[in-house]
Amino acid sequence: MKKRMFYQFSLLLVAVTIVLAGCGGNNNKTASTNGETDKATNTANSGSNAEGEIKVGILHSQSGTMAISEVSVIDAEMMAIDEINAAGGVLGKKIVPVLEDGASDWPTFAEKARKLISEDKVATVFGGWTSASRKAMKPVFEELNGLLWYPVQYEGLESSPNIFYTGATTNQQIVPSVSWLLENRGKKFYLLGSDYVFPRTANLVIKEQLKAEGGELVGEEYTPLGHTDYSTLISKIKEAKPDVVYNTLNGDSNVAFFKQLKDAGITAKDLTTLSVSVAEEEIRGIGVDVLEGHLAAWNYYQTTDTPANKTFVENYKKKYGDERVTADPIEAGYTAVYLWAAAVEKAGSVEVDKVKEAAKELEWDAPEGKVKIDGATQHIYKTVRIGEVQADGQFKELWNSGEAVKPDPYLKGYDWAASIQPTE
Amino acid sequence: MLMRIQMKKFTPQRIWILIAYTAAAAALFSAPLFVSDFRLNLLAKFLAFAIVALGLDLIWGFTGILSLGHGIFFGLGAYAMAMYLKLAASGGKPPDFMGWSGLKELPLFWQPFQNFWFAVAMGIAIPAFLALVLGYFTFRNRIRGVYFTILTQALVIITTTLLIGQQAFTGGTNGITGYSTVLGYSIGSPETKRVLYYVTVAALIAIFIFCRYVIGSRFGKVLRAIRDGENRVRFIGYNPAIYQMVVFTISAGIAGVAGMLFVLHVGIISPSMLGIVPSIEMVLWVAIGGRGTLVGAALGAILMNWAKSEFSTAYPQGWLFFMGLLFVVVVVFLPKGVAGLIGQIKFRRKRREPNHEGVRNPAV
Amino acid sequence: MEVFLLQLFNGLSISSILLLVALGLAITFGLMKVINMAHGELIMIGAYSTYLTQNLFQDYLPKSLFDWYFVLAVPVSFVIAFIFGLILEISLIRFLYGRPLDSLLATWGVGLVLQQLARSIFGAPNVAVTSPAWLNGGMKIMDGTLLPYKRIFIIALVIACLVSMYFYIYRSHEGRRMRAVMQNRDMASCLGVSTRRVDAMTFAIGSGIAGIAGCALTLLGPIGPSLGTYYIVDAFMVVVLGGVGKLVGTVLGATGIGMFNTLFEYWTNASLGKVLVFVCIVAFLQWKPMGLVAMRSRSLD
Repeated sequence: MKKRMFYQFSLLLVAVTIVLAGCGGNNNKTASTNGETDKATNTANSGSNAEGEIKVGILHSQSGTMAISEVSVIDAEMMAIDEINAAGGVLGKKIVPVLEDGASDWPTFAEKARKLISEDKVATVFGGWTSASRKAMKPVFEELNGLLWYPVQYEGLESSPNIFYTGATTNQQIVPSVSWLLENRGKKFYLLGSDYVFPRTANLVIKEQLKAEGGELVGEEYTPLGHTDYSTLISKIKEAKPDVVYNTLNGDSNVAFFKQLKDAGITAKDLTTLSVSVAEEEIRGIGVDVLEGHLAAWNYYQTTDTPANKTFVENYKKKYGDERVTADPIEAGYTAVYLWAAAVEKAGSVEVDKVKEAAKELEWDAPEGKVKIDGATQHIYKTVRIGEVQADGQFKELWNSGEAVKPDPYLKGYDWAASIQPTE
Repeated sequence: MLMRIQMKKFTPQRIWILIAYTAAAAALFSAPLFVSDFRLNLLAKFLAFAIVALGLDLIWGFTGILSLGHGIFFGLGAYAMAMYLKLAASGGKPPDFMGWSGLKELPLFWQPFQNFWFAVAMGIAIPAFLALVLGYFTFRNRIRGVYFTILTQALVIITTTLLIGQQAFTGGTNGITGYSTVLGYSIGSPETKRVLYYVTVAALIAIFIFCRYVIGSRFGKVLRAIRDGENRVRFIGYNPAIYQMVVFTISAGIAGVAGMLFVLHVGIISPSMLGIVPSIEMVLWVAIGGRGTLVGAALGAILMNWAKSEFSTAYPQGWLFFMGLLFVVVVVFLPKGVAGLIGQIKFRRKRREPNHEGVRNPAV
Repeated sequence: MEVFLLQLFNGLSISSILLLVALGLAITFGLMKVINMAHGELIMIGAYSTYLTQNLFQDYLPKSLFDWYFVLAVPVSFVIAFIFGLILEISLIRFLYGRPLDSLLATWGVGLVLQQLARSIFGAPNVAVTSPAWLNGGMKIMDGTLLPYKRIFIIALVIACLVSMYFYIYRSHEGRRMRAVMQNRDMASCLGVSTRRVDAMTFAIGSGIAGIAGCALTLLGPIGPSLGTYYIVDAFMVVVLGGVGKLVGTVLGATGIGMFNTLFEYWTNASLGKVLVFVCIVAFLQWKPMGLVAMRSRSLD
């Protein structure tokens, strides 16, 4: 017995040594310099090195439940980087992406963000999808003064000095779509969402808006993530007799909901549904036959008619295959890379503070049309579009806002939103 | 395993073991000298996981109760600490997520968490109490083995669904993040992180010694007896339910401590950390390290997490394959884990005497 | 009234889905005491088999025949999941008899590998299965109350599975051998029953039924690599609640959970409904640890 204990302890010793060696391996800093690392030195030489390369981080989920959505965004960002490199890079240097896997796990996002900034010393990070992943990374970027580009529409009420938001905030997607529905489809709303932060916050906004604009709330329901049986819910919807179901369900739940809605004999003709998380990619997994005629609100569709989009879609399909489709978050990820590159060129440096300064009011011809960074909130001006699913799995645009809408994450421009302001 | 610590005889092996212990402790304490801040933070997180693994080993490796719900206890401890940190960041006002969930006032049960020591006490007491209540009913009703395991899974689903559903009070899926200070010190500063690291090392060592004490005691012997034959223990006149209940409570309390440390290092806690997958992963660390040996469990946690953070990025697909296969191979062919394997090989070669402990699988 | 009827039907429908999902488990867990956490992945395999059958029909057969792909998909799903189950039993499970907790952990690892395999082959996003036209629509029993044919079909499928399983287990030679081995392995072996073969067959049949469940689920929900994870815990609850080792128990367990789920969800909301159902299960098991229909036995574990 004692012998065995002895070997176990030798094992312990070896293992501890390995771990420590592994931990110490990648780092060129020694104990004596530990104290000197502060934010200034960290960022001053971050990102670029002597060989004429600029490192950028890409931090999305490549595994786990969110990989479904995020992998395409990685593809778009890699494509943008390749295109920029092919055209000569930024500041004459090549962009080198450092890929990290967030694994659909929020603490992992925080850990990898910290690694990208403090170990790899990347100039900027493109990453995140869920609100939870962004909230997990936010303190890290603020603490280390890093720079994050977040490419997905979200619930607003946030504006970090270290994050650029290239997806829509509420007043660029939800608020205008609710107004449009009230005008065109009816007053009685049923709010249906997955049980997490985005739907709950979005619905908080919608409820205030309905009160102010004369709508009526006939029901509000949340289902757990991954919920797959909607028969009871559909009965409830039938009972409530709404004009519109405003759908903030996420991922797989959409498949179950729309399939079962059709089975219950309810088609898009009988009931308007508008989704904010169903894009071209999701349509393929749900099946066009059940989705045809249903509505969605986004800032970009593959069918959006701009010259930039034609080349974007063409290149994307050429690079990743004809069967692939582009969608709003994919386009937002692609745009983020270009906006960052343009800001770096303008600043003449990859230093975070200079890039942020240069990015103010920067304009670029994105596939979705002209976008502009709003200096105050670090969100971008975007055009709102409401589309209808067609038989080929693409959207037909029913309405757009005409011009790019100024981002207003805290909804300060809306009187009815006074009660939604953050408490802190 | 039946080594008696009480007998202070200085055999050569004993001295070696003492040296190994001291060296390991010294390595852990001196790590900040040659490891970057980022790596130190990682290591600290792994050590927090090692603490859960110790607690889990106590009930699985030594008592034969498999809990797939340790994520809950870990998470409850973490939430207690997170509530304190969040209130410290917001200065006692309702935290941000309450605002966007429509809550204007700080709920009553949040109030006392402004006090650090109250939060720490709750971080241990809440998981321990929950385990006590659950254990009281479950073990008294002689629910054991597989049934207990499945029951803990049901508990995981209940807890996570509740945490997610009550967004105004718990932060929903986002969990609780965005801290600034702990006891007045900035939580992000390298100095604080180093101190927190030392706290974690100290906690790990203290809990390790505590666990050694528990399994070395008479109580620990009854635990192993329960593992190897619950009914026999009952017939001898013990009431296994009480022992199971107590060890389950201790284990949950340890998980709570680990959770609190985890939050301090990682800066976020969310319901996904309480889910079924993290709970099973915790079991995996113990299985791979070696159930029934405390060192094995702790090392398993550290090594698996270290490997995960190194390799999962380079091969996100391959990592899951690897982890799945490793799980299968270890459980089927190495029921005593890596620690057991090394011990067995060497032991078999050296002395071919009947080995009463090594042959037997932990009863399941 | 219509709502009541519709909800009753919904409850029945959810019960039937739960039963279909749990039936395979009732065999592998209930009879063989193997905790197969990869059961969910066998369901996923069944769903992907249906997807593949659909694609074959789309690509190689005239359009007029397309609607009949589903009729073929049911046996195809069964066979493919059966083969996977057989391979799993031969390569892994047979080392794990008598170690239920270890079987739980090992099969969880298998599940992880299978999920990742599906992700590598079919990609992470969901795939679409177009349900056949003859299952679209529903039966109108009164104004505003439509019973979808798909759900009726699933109920019929479950009954068919139950009946054939009953005949297999209680009325066939193989079934008799199976029961003999499960009741007293040594005695059966002495009497010349090849226990190895019976074990492999039993496990494979349980897996095959999971495949059928996967096929049926394509009608209602998403088809992706993580499909199985949505059902696995529910399936275990059904088996445990019903009482291990009895088919009747499984049927009762599924009906109970399905009905209460619908009821609670209707009264409260989906999240709270789920919590209430699980709380009830935990409470019930405290009261009757052996489940609804307990096997009588004088033996001590």
